Amino acid sequence: MRFVDEFREPALISKAAEEIRRLTGTERHYRMMEVCGGHTHAIYRFGLKDILPENIELIHGPGCPVCVLPMGRIDDGLSIAQRSDVIFAAFGDMMRVPGTQGSPLEHKARGMDVRIVYSPSDALKLARLNPDKHVMFFAIGFETTAPSTALTMMRAKAEGVGNFSVFCNHVTIIPAIRAILDSPDMRLDAFIGPGHVSTVIGCRPYEWIAQNERKPIVVSGFEPLDMLQSIVMLLRQLKAGEAKVENQYKRVVPWEGNRAALRAMAEVFQLRPYFEWRGLGFISQSALRVNDKYAEWDAEQRFAVPGIRVTDPKAAQCGEVLKGVLKPHQCKLFGRECTPEHPIGALMVSSEGSCAAYHNYEHRKAGMVSLNSVA
Amino acid sequence: MCLAIPGKIVEISSDNQDSALVDVVGVRRKIDLGLLQDDKPAPGDWVLIHVGFAMSKISEQDAADQMNTLWMLGEIDGAMQEIQGYGLEDVN
Amino acid sequence: MSAPAAVLAESAPVRFRDPQIEMAHGAGGKASRKLVEGLFAPLLFGAAPGPLGDAAHVEINGTPVAITTDSFVVKPLSFPGGSIGELAVNGTVNDLAVSGARAEALVVSFVLEAGLPTQVLEAEVRALAKAARDAGVRIAAGDTKVVEHGKADQMYVTTTGIGRLLPGVSIDPCSVRAGDKILLSGPIGDHGITILLARGDLDFEADLRSDTRSVLALVETLIHAAGPGIRWMRDPTRGGAATSLNELARDCGLGMILFEDQIPVRDTVRGACELLGLDPLHIANEGQFLAVVSPEYADAALNALSLAQGGSEAQVIGEVREQPVGTVLATTLYGGSRIVDMLVGDPLPRIC
Repeated sequence: MRFVDEFREPALISKAAEEIRRLTGTERHYRMMEVCGGHTHAIYRFGLKDILPENIELIHGPGCPVCVLPMGRIDDGLSIAQRSDVIFAAFGDMMRVPGTQGSPLEHKARGMDVRIVYSPSDALKLARLNPDKHVMFFAIGFETTAPSTALTMMRAKAEGVGNFSVFCNHVTIIPAIRAILDSPDMRLDAFIGPGHVSTVIGCRPYEWIAQNERKPIVVSGFEPLDMLQSIVMLLRQLKAGEAKVENQYKRVVPWEGNRAALRAMAEVFQLRPYFEWRGLGFISQSALRVNDKYAEWDAEQRFAVPGIRVTDPKAAQCGEVLKGVLKPHQCKLFGRECTPEHPIGALMVSSEGSCAAYHNYEHRKAGMVSLNSVA
Repeated sequence: MCLAIPGKIVEISSDNQDSALVDVVGVRRKIDLGLLQDDKPAPGDWVLIHVGFAMSKISEQDAADQMNTLWMLGEIDGAMQEIQGYGLEDVN
Repeated sequence: MSAPAAVLAESAPVRFRDPQIEMAHGAGGKASRKLVEGLFAPLLFGAAPGPLGDAAHVEINGTPVAITTDSFVVKPLSFPGGSIGELAVNGTVNDLAVSGARAEALVVSFVLEAGLPTQVLEAEVRALAKAARDAGVRIAAGDTKVVEHGKADQMYVTTTGIGRLLPGVSIDPCSVRAGDKILLSGPIGDHGITILLARGDLDFEADLRSDTRSVLALVETLIHAAGPGIRWMRDPTRGGAATSLNELARDCGLGMILFEDQIPVRDTVRGACELLGLDPLHIANEGQFLAVVSPEYADAALNALSLAQGGSEAQVIGEVREQPVGTVLATTLYGGSRIVDMLVGDPLPRIC
């Protein structure tokens, strides 16, 4: 696969690993946070922790839009879809996330019309094909996904498709990073910056991290070589006492971002004054809602929602894991009450959730003898 | 949800300039080019696809540059150390 | 699922606690196993039935015979490379083959939805008949039921197959040893991805066909070349190769390591999996099988398969290890490793 396989080339992986070892040395312990759930997933999928020296600690950040969605919002979305004329459409990732009365898939088993879509435009297509039903698209995602939702809504408006609405849970990444840095329990040296969010927002929005907080940040791609190269770049900055924003993912991320995508977002959305993030509490100006120009396509304005706040079960430590304060296996429920088959929190369900990644790829390796003799 | 993948534009729809057929190792799907209106791709271009929308054009030049940088990892630093040993000021 | 025959076993307590049946219980992964082990096995096989295999061996007047059954609920009925009729024959023939038996006869039962066009039924019965001829098995009997419109999605088919045990091989997960090699007959993921694309929900297209076929001939070739060395075989349908191997790891109390770069996957399947965030190891196959073979026979086994018709893409994909117990690992290309777990949930419902 072009633009994928080259960045998985074993010889280059060895080179990068060697360079990291050379730069890391032995005296210092480095704590780097990868913000984005896609990076968390890549780390486990490619076994990158086995390649990195022990004194580089990768801390998983809250960049998993499914994971940070409070249960109450899922309940709200599902409550709209209880109506027999409503089709609940969402990405596959949402289907097993538990609400208080069960996940969308469990609701489907009880008779709700629930459809998996790959794209918001598929949801709009469903609306065109089912004129006697209302299609409600349960939208999630950071700035990577929000422009696509926005553009789809613009198309719905232009075509006058009236039986379509969006239940908007889009969130923005910068406030989440700010909340991490403001957190008293967090000590970080550097950030592996979000790759695909940056194709939309560009690299400028991270400048305050380097300038005000004095932490290096490298916007990184998702292939193993991308991540290793980003770590090399971060180590070089740290050793030189620098703190800058760098773009490792140049082949895809434009420094200025994607103007057309930002325009689409501005056309359809506005910032909510505040929004509740699972684990991080209420963060101001951190999420998007549909603006009044598009009220007709805003599920929250077309339908009444209970809007009940649902707190996580006391024992679940989703918040601390999301902030990187706890590692997944340090949560008391991990692997016991909370497993991928019976998830308590979304971090165990989402393919980008650190608990799911850790459980599926890693935790049974704990205590195993090194696998260097395997291949 | 960061899931995005490179694909090659096979053809732009004749009846809709914002719709293109893209190929990812033989899997084909129509994607929306609406987010790339300021920099329209042409058949043969590679784009990054996320939830059925093209997010960005992939720069073959930048990819090639990156590959070069990676192949030279370790060698540049080695060369730099050697040159610094000569006491030269500016090595760029 | 089948257990060694225990005549009139006492039922054991039910351990299955889920309040209702979900799609995941039919996906072939963890939930399916919980349902089988927690409800069906205790009530039907009694306490401690032992490892559950693809087919059961029963003795009739001293002659060992294998018997198995399978239901087919695939949607859509027809897809590139085959249809429900072919799956219904090949699926059962294959279950018998990988338990070391040659299918002699199948009985087939149909549940039809009122309103199903006769043309569709006829096409499927023709496909079934042809698949049976191609597989060298006779259809001995059948049954039909019709239910109201909306109560059976067009048609459901169940086949039950009976066959004679092939000489020279004995399948037993407990005979697996550290050092044994894991063989795969060909590329994985073709069937599941073909079905997913054929559904049309996701709007993807690709040149891909279901791999549905009888693997009996290949299994017989393998037995001929390496019979005494064959420890275990399975056809990885729902849940994929990952689920089959995890079940084996649990049943034999050993670990497994797979060499990621040696697992055959077609580019198109790889691309579709990347696009959708799926793992080819979790995708259903209808024309492949896994075999665990002792190291002394592994080369002969692979050679024989790769020279046989339809076996050219066979590969050794991994090895059995002492550790980690009950776990399957995959090495990445760079010396790193990851756990390959059983399928959780149901990414691709109604796949076979």
